Amino acid sequence: MRKALVWTLLAGAAGAVVWRRAGGPPGEQVQLLFDDGSSVALGADHEEAERLLPLARDVVAAARSGT
Amino acid sequence: MDAAAALKDLTEVSRQIEGAVLARLDGTLLASSFDDERGSRVAGAALELLRAADASAASTGRAALGEVVVRLDQGGVFVVRSGERLVAAVTGAEPTVGLVLYDLKTCLRLAEEEKPARPARKSAARRSPAKRPPATSTGRKKPRKGPDA
Repeated sequence: MRKALVWTLLAGAAGAVVWRRAGGPPGEQVQLLFDDGSSVALGADHEEAERLLPLARDVVAAARSGT
Repeated sequence: MDAAAALKDLTEVSRQIEGAVLARLDGTLLASSFDDERGSRVAGAALELLRAADASAASTGRAALGEVVVRLDQGGVFVVRSGERLVAAVTGAEPTVGLVLYDLKTCLRLAEEEKPARPARKSAARRSPAKRPPATSTGRKKPRKGPDA
């Protein structure tokens, strides 16, 4: 019983690491589009995206506040 | 077309857009689909996002940043800049990015066509009849329907 619990916890921790490395919640992404037609896509685990995603959440929160 | 009319067209045409604001880059709200207070908050937050994205983009050494698209689990955030203005929109989750960007750019273009107040019209008698536009034409295109219309 105790062995099963340990294995479950280890599997959960490993899953969390894999999920985190895959970029957190699936699908979250920042795209920067430039005037020359080029673009950059930043996954949620990218350093710059980690800075920009909370700001985007602020926009959504402001838009949906009071609804 | 003035900013309010351009934004009204946008929110009527694009069903994916929950709400949008048109603002100057100094933060002045030009038009909003929200009430003024909420519109100002959305414009301020969008401006902050754009400035942060500008700082991120500067390190890439590319051309000027024109658009920022953020896909979140709870929805999408779009900021498009042109000249001294920006339009920002919030959509539901999984928006059709190309379509929303097209609609936002169209909104900005229409808002930029806003002319200063016209001088008083010449009297009808002084105008050449040949130059008069047909009485039935409104000069407006029919609004484009969304894909799910």
